Amino acid sequence: MAWEVVIGLEIHAQLATKSKIFSGASTAYGADPNTQACAVDLALPGVLPVLNMAVVEMAAKLGLAIGAEVAQRSVFARKNYFYPDLPKGYQISQFELPIVGKGQLNIELDGEEKTIGVTRAHLEEDAGKSLHEDFQGSTGIDLNRAGTPLLEIVSEPDMRSSKEAVAYMKKIHSLVRYLDICDGNMQEGSFRCDANVSVRPVGQEELGTRAELKNLNSFRFVERAINIEVERQIDILESGGKVVQETRLYDADKNETRSMRSKEEANDYRYFPDPDLLPLVIEPEFLEQVKAKLPELPDEKKQRFMQAYALSLYDAAVLTSSRELAEFFEQTVKLSASDAKLCVNWVMGDLSALLNKENLDITESKVTAPQLAGMLRRISDNTISGKIAKTVFEAMWAGEGDADKIIEQKGLKQVTDSGAIEKLIDEVIANNPKQLEQYRAGKEKLFGFFVGQVMKISKGKANPAQLNELLKKKLS
Amino acid sequence: MSLLKEEVEKIAHLARISLNEQDIPVYTRNLSDILAFVEQMNNVNTADIVPMAHPLDATARLRADIVSETNQRDNFQSIAPQVEAGLYLVPKVIE
Amino acid sequence: MHNKTLVELSKALHKGEYSSVELTQHFLDRIKNYDSQINSFITITTDEALKAAQAADQIIANGDAGFLTGIPLAHKDIFCTHGVKTSCGSKMLDNFIAPYNATVVEKCQAAGMVMLGKTNMDEFAMGSSNETSFYGPVKNPWDIKSVPGGSSGGSAAAVAARLAPIATGTDTGGSIRQPAALCGITGLKPTYGRVSRYGMIAFASSLDQAGPMGRSAEDVAHLLNVISGFDERDSTSLDVPSDDYTANLNDKLAGLKIGLPKEYFAEGLDSNVAKALESAIKEFEQAGATLHEISLPNTHLAVPIYYIIAPAECSSNLSRFDGVRFGYRCENPTDLDDLYTRSRGEGFGAEVKRRIMIGAYALSAGYYDAYYLKAQQIRRLISQDFSDAFKQVDVILGPTSPTTAFKIGEKSDDPVTMYLSDIYTIAVNMAGLPAMSIPAGLVEQRPVGLQLIGNYLKEAQLLNVAHQYQQVTDWHQAVPQDFKEVL
Repeated sequence: MAWEVVIGLEIHAQLATKSKIFSGASTAYGADPNTQACAVDLALPGVLPVLNMAVVEMAAKLGLAIGAEVAQRSVFARKNYFYPDLPKGYQISQFELPIVGKGQLNIELDGEEKTIGVTRAHLEEDAGKSLHEDFQGSTGIDLNRAGTPLLEIVSEPDMRSSKEAVAYMKKIHSLVRYLDICDGNMQEGSFRCDANVSVRPVGQEELGTRAELKNLNSFRFVERAINIEVERQIDILESGGKVVQETRLYDADKNETRSMRSKEEANDYRYFPDPDLLPLVIEPEFLEQVKAKLPELPDEKKQRFMQAYALSLYDAAVLTSSRELAEFFEQTVKLSASDAKLCVNWVMGDLSALLNKENLDITESKVTAPQLAGMLRRISDNTISGKIAKTVFEAMWAGEGDADKIIEQKGLKQVTDSGAIEKLIDEVIANNPKQLEQYRAGKEKLFGFFVGQVMKISKGKANPAQLNELLKKKLS
Repeated sequence: MSLLKEEVEKIAHLARISLNEQDIPVYTRNLSDILAFVEQMNNVNTADIVPMAHPLDATARLRADIVSETNQRDNFQSIAPQVEAGLYLVPKVIE
Repeated sequence: MHNKTLVELSKALHKGEYSSVELTQHFLDRIKNYDSQINSFITITTDEALKAAQAADQIIANGDAGFLTGIPLAHKDIFCTHGVKTSCGSKMLDNFIAPYNATVVEKCQAAGMVMLGKTNMDEFAMGSSNETSFYGPVKNPWDIKSVPGGSSGGSAAAVAARLAPIATGTDTGGSIRQPAALCGITGLKPTYGRVSRYGMIAFASSLDQAGPMGRSAEDVAHLLNVISGFDERDSTSLDVPSDDYTANLNDKLAGLKIGLPKEYFAEGLDSNVAKALESAIKEFEQAGATLHEISLPNTHLAVPIYYIIAPAECSSNLSRFDGVRFGYRCENPTDLDDLYTRSRGEGFGAEVKRRIMIGAYALSAGYYDAYYLKAQQIRRLISQDFSDAFKQVDVILGPTSPTTAFKIGEKSDDPVTMYLSDIYTIAVNMAGLPAMSIPAGLVEQRPVGLQLIGNYLKEAQLLNVAHQYQQVTDWHQAVPQDFKEVL
């Protein structure tokens, strides 16, 4: 039987505020345990929450960016359950009336676009952390993270493969960073994801029973966890069994998912409106202000790149996948006064290759946009050839300075004087009479041999176009 | 409205409250009485009435995103039942 | 000294007739001598009080004193007091030394007032008789076999027995007004949001409101001046200017429209209480007020919905008492579940457990709509009753409690009967209105309370009406026989 995979994602993005969602404690990462847990975060008797303005603005930004309705009125509710990392015994979240309603965004996969629906996005507070090691049979609780603002972005079950799920997650990841509302740091847990995965026979309308996968803290894990879970579910169904609706934990070391029975015992969260917090009302003027502050969004940028620089969908999508990369590219184009295609080739070619090899982000690139542009100018004005440029680029990467300095110091300037090139050609012809004879007898493949020999004695500096032209004349 | 003993035990666990076996019948009777007493709500027609969660018709007031709190761990942990290395300790949690 | 009003005490302190230290010592001595009879204090802060009194004397000497500088008061043990045990009447918090101050406590300190101690109360403010306290019941100074009312019974009894000139209380369903009535003192529950809830241990967040409890409307007005006002730490705090609640005390009542809800004078009201109220109503008529019969048709539903809404909120508010970060922790928990269930099972008393369970049930899957949502809908009807009434009248007058103080133990086995003692007070909390109770008679040496309900933010008007009544009557000056002596 052929199976169709159905995936929905719940993404938790930690909002990049200075203070917590309901208290004035710092959200900075990595402090000593419980030094950033204030009276409100600890749920001391008598304390009360007060909502942070910045989280409202950030959530509204996301809502506007995905074309969703930002609720004029939203309500905070309490989700009641007992757990040591949840000091109040309830999490303040949004249940019936979330701040962001239905929206959508496009993903690109293999050069094709697909629209994925976003069901809703709501504000809530993060829990603390349980540390399971080293305390003689006890678990240690650190509440620094308790009360950190989260935006939970819930998708429709619109994805049909793990690759689509990853593409969607990357798109949201890029979007929150474009909007500057989340640092996107997955190692520190600032951007996390749960996946709802089910399978159904191709053609069936009704959804299969889903499992919720937790602990997917990298793009790679999302893909692997979904694949392994899909395999598991298909195995069950094909052997006549039934998938159980449950929460499953992904174990990256063993590459398997396993049931989290501890979380399964009849959860009855007893949601009700938090009486300590009044309804959140967003006035149209506030929304207009937020709108005015929105940066150009990835899809808008992508469209503009395709038109302004005549790029393919693929190139435009890659270059706009992060705000910083897009800015690098545009700066390079502007400063180099060169053909956009040349800039694309270098940014997506040699530069990307070196970044990948050294596992660096565009913001950590050892060649800056002005440096790259300086080199591209020298290609455009025929000072160096594209081949020599690779040498220049590597030298820039190694920190030897700007292109002009390297060209000067290494004497890499292209030979464009016809007389000088002719002299070199003559020398090569004279030294290779046998090859000349063969060429003239019809072995035209040897043309390349002569080009190579001239380049060799010119140390690569002969202008390739001129060389070709002159050599053809001489040989005929 | 009368609750069963099992229902009371279930609610008690939902609320994480241990009850002595001999007290359960009393709680069962008390809780049943209270639920019977509130049954009179059912005689009221409340169709189309917007629930009132709060006495004031006010809306949320927002605070500026400013770090106003300083580290008070020693003060706060001086009243904690069990701490070590700055952490609150609880019996081992199995995930 | 202990029979003097706040105005008299303030004048005496400012004139130097006696010092705050002397005044404070006097009340500390009275507490020492008398409190064993009524059990109104959980904690007496002798050293802190004398130190604060010394500081107050210095401020007075420097000429920087405010009206209440150097005046002693007692705080209900529901307000967090930095460095002082804050038990909320519960074993759960018997070891809890609050690491911060409630806004109300901070404001009193800033005004130079001197805290004598923390008063006894029903556990987590859940009760109408003060019998649910972990520290034993408070006894009514008018009859030590009777209850003082609850939950602010300690504050009411302490003021009635002249162990403190004034005190703070909180009111979720009548917890200031009902004990004020039963102990013969004056208590005011302000408009919801008038006084900050920050640092006041929450029972039912949408109903809780702190207020002053004193001997007269004038005294109460002075304390309300100190404790009311906007607080940015409480999202439900009202961002409106505070009035000077003493400014209108002397306004005449001519033309005042007083509403008498027929449902408050119907079956269930003790006939002696009704008689006392009748004479009080005559006083208001003589003062020029006009009387109007009104109807609050959903009155009978206030208690039933209260016993859904308040438990629902408390079941969640009290989840933080889990034995992890503060408070009681059971011995040798075997696992996490055992830690939770035994710490809470052993730390909470029976009434608190009942209400938490009712609340958890009312919010649980499948019951939410039938209980919680339904109750919230009826809450709107009750609130609507009042807004309709205030289109016709200025204030509403009725009994505070259906009876005078009842015997300790009389209702403690029957929660529902106990709940009905709050039948006239609870609706006010549902609507968030201000209301007060003032003494209006004695029946067999037990005080009768008269309740005045005002429109939103009309505390000054309520206090004016009460003060005018207290100018022509002396019920508020009656002192229980056993506590009259000089020391």
